[in-house]
Amino acid sequence: MTGRAVLLRGGRLIDPSQRLDETGDLLIENGTIAGIGRVGEVRRDGDALETIDCAGRVISPGFIDVHCHLREPGREEVETIATGARAAAAGGFTAVCAMPNTDPVTDNQAAVGFIISQARKANASRVYPIGAISIGEMGETLAEFGEMVAAGAVAVSDDGKPVASAQLMRTALEYARTFGIPVADHCEEPTLARDGVMNEGIISARLGLRGIPAEAEEIMAIRDILLARRTGGHIHLCHMSTKGSVELIRWGKERGINVTAEVCPHHLSLTEDAVEGYDTNAKMNPPLRTAEDVAALQQGVKDGTIDVIATDHAPHHYDEKEREFADAPNGIVGLETALAVNLTWLVKSGIVDLPLLVERMSCAPARLFRLPGGSLQRGAAADVTVFDPEVEWTVDASSFRSKGRNTPYAGMTLRGLVECTLVDGRVVYRRDR
Amino acid sequence: MSVGPLGKDLLGLEPLSADQIRLILDTAEPFKEISERTIKKVPTLRGKTIVNLFFEASTRTRVSFEFAQKRLSADTVNVAASGSSVSKGETLVDTARNLEAMRIDMVVIRHGASGAAQFLAERIESNVINAGDGTHEHPTQGLLDMLTLRDHFGKIEGLKVCICGDVLHSRVARSNIWGLKKLGADVAVCGPRSLLPNAIDAFGVTVFDRIEDAIQWADALNVLRLQLERMQRGYIPSLREYNRVFGVSRERLARAPRDVLILHPGPMNRGVEIDSDVADGPQSVILNQVTNGVAVRMAVLYLLSGGRPELAEAAKGGQR
Repeated sequence: MTGRAVLLRGGRLIDPSQRLDETGDLLIENGTIAGIGRVGEVRRDGDALETIDCAGRVISPGFIDVHCHLREPGREEVETIATGARAAAAGGFTAVCAMPNTDPVTDNQAAVGFIISQARKANASRVYPIGAISIGEMGETLAEFGEMVAAGAVAVSDDGKPVASAQLMRTALEYARTFGIPVADHCEEPTLARDGVMNEGIISARLGLRGIPAEAEEIMAIRDILLARRTGGHIHLCHMSTKGSVELIRWGKERGINVTAEVCPHHLSLTEDAVEGYDTNAKMNPPLRTAEDVAALQQGVKDGTIDVIATDHAPHHYDEKEREFADAPNGIVGLETALAVNLTWLVKSGIVDLPLLVERMSCAPARLFRLPGGSLQRGAAADVTVFDPEVEWTVDASSFRSKGRNTPYAGMTLRGLVECTLVDGRVVYRRDR
Repeated sequence: MSVGPLGKDLLGLEPLSADQIRLILDTAEPFKEISERTIKKVPTLRGKTIVNLFFEASTRTRVSFEFAQKRLSADTVNVAASGSSVSKGETLVDTARNLEAMRIDMVVIRHGASGAAQFLAERIESNVINAGDGTHEHPTQGLLDMLTLRDHFGKIEGLKVCICGDVLHSRVARSNIWGLKKLGADVAVCGPRSLLPNAIDAFGVTVFDRIEDAIQWADALNVLRLQLERMQRGYIPSLREYNRVFGVSRERLARAPRDVLILHPGPMNRGVEIDSDVADGPQSVILNQVTNGVAVRMAVLYLLSGGRPELAEAAKGGQR
């Protein structure tokens, strides 16, 4: 790594991993955190020191997204690992975990190696592959967890699809224990959710759209929690969207079951009302739910029932979304709006404070998925995000680094922007000023 | 494009006001007479071009719209999904852009996807009339049902109307519920709970689990078509049992405290949701609905094309 040093000067240093929240300087050398202290106290001899003024900014360990879709291999016109890694950097994410539902599916060591190789070439934020639970995500035959982990996979998931077979999920949880990786599940009971395109409720009934009931998620969430209890495996529940799921996770955690959970910024901010007018940018799976669900999820983030906030970044080509609601694909881009959505709906509204947000976006993901980063302690990898928590800006999808433009936040005024993102001590993103 | 008292498009009855619905029904009255003439044609929409874009098979609705257009002297083109560019994989947005490029005045669209009419309306300047979008709305059917009820009872306000059958998948049910409620009717639904929306209470309707109770209560029943597909997909066990439990039969109607008017949007499954002697009986106004369909659609075409409601009577005589 480069020997060039960077001094982040005079920012609000927030690092929940060492219960730190004070104004100071951060010195980075040789890709690691070399010093941290009060303003002017961190010194370094010699030249080649780049100083970044961080007055009025927050300096935090880099955000880590444990759930995104980078579309490569297979749909490079929609996103590539390189464009996704640059979008991540622009959103303050120093690392992202790429879900395996690509074409072909990331279900073997060679496919895992390909992603790592593309990520290295991209030279932006880190990209960690998540391997499939089953070959081809077909829900039948267990994939080779051991070889995938040896090649660099950090978790397994059949995301995009639920693991319909309880027996397969049980086996996956047991088998994953050898490798110490979480099994991440997309909770969706397939017969209940069949052909559903939005939350089942008043709006789906009015619009004549087939609904997905909350129970489709909750039935699988409790199944997974019970199987984690039986096996001792680590179940990580993806993109939780209902009040009932929060209650079930709380039930599991109270009993010491090895369950962790994530929520997406859109489920913390928007409701099914966004579907009015058949807006396909409000179509995702799990669907946007009700205000009561949003409030319960926000509370879950606050009290720790929900461990991490992950984006489920899902880019689509613009004309795939420009069609009849029922036929449009699920998902929205999230990497470049996640911080601002969280600051606007969680912090500005007073539900969580900045250190807790950093915990959910950086420290917890690093801890649960056993990844470098998530800390500003001396000697840690210098994966750092500098952001302005107050500045207001209007979302313009055409300015995204991602190839995807599919966002329900377009035109909205949000609070908070990333100033600078460093990976391994190297600046991978710097806001144009 | 012109914007009249209904706005640019007719996408559903939910967004309309009671006054707008009354206006359409009132405007339909003078147009009824044209269909009774020997020469069933007036020059009201001469020079207007209208495309009937039917992505789903339809006989009744398409023919009804076409007669309404021809009797108003519009130039019309019918496009069916099969054998068109649609069957070659063209997207709805491309179809819309191509139609727009031909400078047409109006599009009547029937489509299997809820929201398709709105999708089209937001992307073209021409007036769009929803002739049924998925399980969302079928506004002209709702209007012709209301016109038929008003013909018979003299008013809608205070009328007890029960919509029977597959409300979950019915665009006719939704348009009827919104339209009737806006005009002050008491609306109920009756059917197996597996074919009612889970959130039905939010519609502000009474729910009857038993058809016998609905018949006791109602002034009129609007009996929905039960699609064979519902049985195949497991919503009900069999058509036979459906008829036994929910079928509108003469025996059941005979126990009603009053003569209950029978409507059906068609096409009927005789012996399933409705027995033949009811459909063909004295309380049935099913064919009146079909006749009124043409008049209601003439009224909608006239009002959307910028026709002034007070001139509808004159317009049918050919004066502009």
